[in-house]
Amino acid sequence: MNYKFITEFSNALHTKKISSVELTRYFLDRIKKFDKQLNSFITVCEDEALKEAKKADELLAKGQAHALTGIPIAHKDIFCTQGIKTSCGSKMLDNFISPYDATVVKKFKEAGTVLLGKTNMDEFAMGSSNENSFYGPVKNPWDLSVVPGGSSGGSAAAVAAHLAPAATGTDTGGSIRQPAGLCGITGIKPTYGRVSRYGMIAFASSLDQGGPFARSAADVALLLNAMSGFDEHDSTSVNKVVPDYSSTLDQPLNGLRIGLPKEYFGKGLDPEISKLIHEAVEEFKKLGATIHEINLPNTELSIPAYYVVAPAECSSNLARFDGVRYGYRCDNPKDLEDLYKRSRSEGFGSEVKRRIMIGTYALSAGYYDAYYLKAQKIRCLIRNDFVEAFKKVDIILGPTSPTTAFKIGEKVDDPVSMYLSDIYTIAVNLAGLPGISIPAGFVNKLPVGMQLIANYFEEGRLLNVAHRFQTVTDWHTKIPEGF
Amino acid sequence: MSLTTDDVKKIAHLARLNMSETNITLYTKQLSNILNFVEQMNQANTANIEPLAHPLDLTQRLRDDIVIEKKSARYFSNDCTQSGSRTLSRAQSD
Amino acid sequence: MEWETVIGLEVHTQLSTQSKLFSSASTAFGAEPNTQASIIDLGFPGVLPVLNREVVQMAIKLGLGINATITKKSIFARKNYFYPDLPKGYQISQYELPVVGKGFLDIILEDGSTKRIQITRAHLEEDAGKSLHEDFHGLSGIDLNRAGTPLLEIVSEPDMRSAKEAIAYLKALHSLVRYLEICDGNMQEGSFRCDANVSVRRKGDSKFGTRTELKNINSFRFIERAINFEVERQIALIESGGTVKQETRLYDPNKNETRTMRSKEEANDYRYFPDPDLLPLVITDEMIESVRSNLPELPQQKRQRFMDQYGLTAYDATVLVSSKPLADYFEIVVKESGNQPKLAANWIMGDLSAALNKDDIEITACHVSAKQLGKLIQRISDNTISGKIAKTIFETLWNKEGNDVDEIIEKQGLKQVTDTGAIEKLIDQILSDNADKVAEYRSGKDKLFGFFVGLAMKASGGKMNPQQLNEVLKKKLAG
Repeated sequence: MNYKFITEFSNALHTKKISSVELTRYFLDRIKKFDKQLNSFITVCEDEALKEAKKADELLAKGQAHALTGIPIAHKDIFCTQGIKTSCGSKMLDNFISPYDATVVKKFKEAGTVLLGKTNMDEFAMGSSNENSFYGPVKNPWDLSVVPGGSSGGSAAAVAAHLAPAATGTDTGGSIRQPAGLCGITGIKPTYGRVSRYGMIAFASSLDQGGPFARSAADVALLLNAMSGFDEHDSTSVNKVVPDYSSTLDQPLNGLRIGLPKEYFGKGLDPEISKLIHEAVEEFKKLGATIHEINLPNTELSIPAYYVVAPAECSSNLARFDGVRYGYRCDNPKDLEDLYKRSRSEGFGSEVKRRIMIGTYALSAGYYDAYYLKAQKIRCLIRNDFVEAFKKVDIILGPTSPTTAFKIGEKVDDPVSMYLSDIYTIAVNLAGLPGISIPAGFVNKLPVGMQLIANYFEEGRLLNVAHRFQTVTDWHTKIPEGF
Repeated sequence: MSLTTDDVKKIAHLARLNMSETNITLYTKQLSNILNFVEQMNQANTANIEPLAHPLDLTQRLRDDIVIEKKSARYFSNDCTQSGSRTLSRAQSD
Repeated sequence: MEWETVIGLEVHTQLSTQSKLFSSASTAFGAEPNTQASIIDLGFPGVLPVLNREVVQMAIKLGLGINATITKKSIFARKNYFYPDLPKGYQISQYELPVVGKGFLDIILEDGSTKRIQITRAHLEEDAGKSLHEDFHGLSGIDLNRAGTPLLEIVSEPDMRSAKEAIAYLKALHSLVRYLEICDGNMQEGSFRCDANVSVRRKGDSKFGTRTELKNINSFRFIERAINFEVERQIALIESGGTVKQETRLYDPNKNETRTMRSKEEANDYRYFPDPDLLPLVITDEMIESVRSNLPELPQQKRQRFMDQYGLTAYDATVLVSSKPLADYFEIVVKESGNQPKLAANWIMGDLSAALNKDDIEITACHVSAKQLGKLIQRISDNTISGKIAKTIFETLWNKEGNDVDEIIEKQGLKQVTDTGAIEKLIDQILSDNADKVAEYRSGKDKLFGFFVGLAMKASGGKMNPQQLNEVLKKKLAG
């Protein structure tokens, strides 16, 4: 099986060179062989996968197949999958079998994909390293002693190690882009409202967005098309036509104005990473783009604002996990209070509890104005920064993370230091803009991601720019040694 | 902003979380650090700035008043609160 | 020491939509427990709310009915607290920007005067489920059928100064929501729930006293009693040197007293914030106009029209418009009676009301149709029968022993005697049979007039026209 990309697999399936059952078996075998090292899967759905693959082969034989028919995919365990365990990386939902499919899952089913399994993640999507999972940390396939990033670490590691050609993730403060960057793959967070949140277990409702991981922008384009679109079950879903992202991938970049924010290249950024990003910028110049310096003056405030808004919303979203109707319940509760407190204290991990506490505090009587309201105002300032910038440029470019992947355990005891690593990605969620991370090289053998940000609903442009970069570089073709 | 252990106890109760004595001390320290960190927000001049609750300037859509019969609570609770055996993760059972 | 009572009322009306506020599950009352709760109502992971259009229409209707400002952009907020009948751990409600702003409702007091009660606001929120404590042997059962049902909470200013005023307000509001067809007003089923905030202060004081909240009282009669008890209790407490504690109290109708609710711990910090799963609710002028143009005639308008058109007193008009079916009944009776509104009002508020109460039925189940009553009244006004006889005919109709008024009159020979000649003959007979009484009357015993009337009525089997009888008798007695 010497294909790497979904586009190649799809072509092979359609030209009958391989069958979906073969393709699915191939990935299931790789998962069996390699995942013990990575711990990227929580649940593997072997029987279901092969059943679905068989169905896909029937459609392919009848000529009723589409681009993604028969393509295996892994879903972050935050997406509800009917009849299949959906744990959200937490003990709290370790026993939860979802009674319904998330809209994203439904859409991928309709597109004909084959579900390989559910991937590991930071508990309730809270984390930047995938060390906060009830199911143990996920390892980065490029170096098993470092983190893959989070919270969608399982999906990123699985795609990077070629255990799945496609995977879904969610991004609230960078949880798709950052692991994509640290694992050397491509991942996109769409505009807020582009992808339905129905069935995507909520962390911070005004920031969460689902998005795809794959090895290339062309692959991501196919996946994003399948998962985007208006959903009547989600009041925040936007009723806007989804363009065909694949059809505009090859547009030339002449005249493209790229902005480099001064604030993204200050101290705190590893100089080696800065060098790689600037080399990438040179490539863009060769492709016909012009480069401009821009300012995003409120960048630093995005982290404190985020760490008020997100925990506030999550403290409320996670109140439903109380041991009463589903999920973890403590043994022999004495009374109602005991049921609540022990179920929640035993069911949630420490980062989740920390954020619930911060969020509860920020919303509590007397503090609402100083924290939550203030943070929402800063959000407005941050959004205004981008609006101004997009008057001058079409794309904003910078590194995805200030460093390469850090060692497992290195930042676990210092939450604030962990939070600081989200500096380039968080503002994008606060503003609701689309952002993508693509591989831009290696520093000390660890992948470096480059982030591109575009204006609202300009995912097509992002994918086009990313794809053009990938036609003149080969970072995205690399697979970690040993996999 | 430094929190006292009393503050932490109150918040924990509002959030229905148990706090052992060790945890209270640890959380008091960590939460105070986080709150100190977010105090940076006060640097920003936000006079005359509207809070941004949603990134997009949209309004609430309305749904028709029709009953859609779907499966009810009984079905769900039977299906979803299995503990232990039936929901062993396949990955773990390898 | 003069005391003044201050009462404010919060009414939760369950809106009579088919489906719930944010989910498509049914709102029908009385289903088997937990058969009408969808995954959205159950607060499963990943579910999201979508707003019911009909609820918005109903809120606009209420706003127009209480002459309130309709908020063009209102916000849904989360009220966060833990309780097993609240699946999500928060209730979606409205806090700073409710859909309906300040309005008012005019009430009629017992002396017939009008008082305007200001309404602070009305907002939308979802109902919680029900906790059932019996039948579960020390545990509690949770039925989530009700979770997610739409409520419109209507909050009044503390403008009422007596239990009677409070009841007048509640009845007016109850009537309004039924006229608007936004709520069935069934207090037994919990469609119309009243909480009363009661406090007292010395007359002349400008500050309000500490108030207590009376909750979960499901009849107007009990609310009135509960308020009265609570006022007495507070006054007695203060006069004996105590202070009123701000708390929630329940009313025990058997003992006719209020007592502290099993204390629900310290005041909850609800941490309200705008619900990020919902967007601002925008109501346009077009939407408001569309609702306004389809509004039925409201009780206040109808009341004024009844007074103008039918010459009714304020009191009578108020009673007759208290429910739309009753008002409609009245108007048909007036028409069928050949335009006798005063008689119609008297009969409806008198004999008909008594019969309805006795059989414990509503006007919609009345045994005598408006047409029948109208005909009956017509026969009184055209002197075919006397008022007294009409009552017996009414009973016949009520008991379904007869169906047509004229037929009954015919069959039972109930026609009133109006022939002056016949009357004179009968009276002559009575006077001559009772010559001694006639003499006593003529010598000054005026009260004997009634004695002769009684005899005449008896002799004629009650069928004599009273006015004519009086005229002739007077003439004859005068000599």
